[in-house]
Amino acid sequence: MENLNPIKKVNIICSKGSIEDVYAALIMGNGAVMEGIETNIFFTFFGLDAIVKKRMDKLHTAVVGNPALRLPGGLRMPTLLGIIPGMESFTSWMMKGQMDKLDVPPVSEFLDLIVAGGGKVYACKMTVDMFKMTMEDFSEHVNGIITVGEFYEHAAGEGSHIIFT
Amino acid sequence: MSQKTYAGVTVDVNEEGYFTNPSQWTKEIAVEIAKEVGIVLTDKHFAIMEFLRNRYNSGDALSIRSINHSGVIDVKTFYQLFPGAPLKKATKIAGIPKPASCV
Repeated sequence: MENLNPIKKVNIICSKGSIEDVYAALIMGNGAVMEGIETNIFFTFFGLDAIVKKRMDKLHTAVVGNPALRLPGGLRMPTLLGIIPGMESFTSWMMKGQMDKLDVPPVSEFLDLIVAGGGKVYACKMTVDMFKMTMEDFSEHVNGIITVGEFYEHAAGEGSHIIFT
Repeated sequence: MSQKTYAGVTVDVNEEGYFTNPSQWTKEIAVEIAKEVGIVLTDKHFAIMEFLRNRYNSGDALSIRSINHSGVIDVKTFYQLFPGAPLKKATKIAGIPKPASCV
């Protein structure tokens, strides 16, 4: 389909660190790379966990305060069950298993794919300072630690879009 | 549904130009489709297209991750061989439907 105003660039801000939040950013980002769209992903606040080497493949999903969470079979999961030790790990393990079946890779492998296609990955300077981190903590795919101003510079251009997750 | 003629053969394609009958595909046809999108096919192109066709024929979803696990080429090479939107271009040239996967 010919479109006179195609999306030329997407700039995704990933601000949360749960499985579903990080994957929303990665799937949108990888999807853009696959379409030949220039892609920047900016990780900030708890979203930063997705590019921290030691944490990226150990993300969890919230089982307390997550009213959309359902048990296998479709029954709503009572929040009180979420406080049972191991429930969060088990639920997260289940989610990762389901995604693997759909060929959705672990976070580290997902970043490999995005970067292989030319996508760029950045860490938010303010968060890095706040959490007292350095480039050493991050995946080798991280292109740099940048400020908000620099993010907007990267995002500039006609047909460029910013997505916040 | 419409028809297109490549290398002297008339084939069935959808409105986006993807084959609707993959058995009509030949290597000669592939060379002509590739020309339309500015790609000159090499052995590497044909090797990964064979992988894609086999995977399609066995009913498996085509994803960018599956390319990395193909043992034929890695994803970086795939992006270089089919610049722009590699999975869409490769499947179009390989004469199989557009992938319905989000990854």
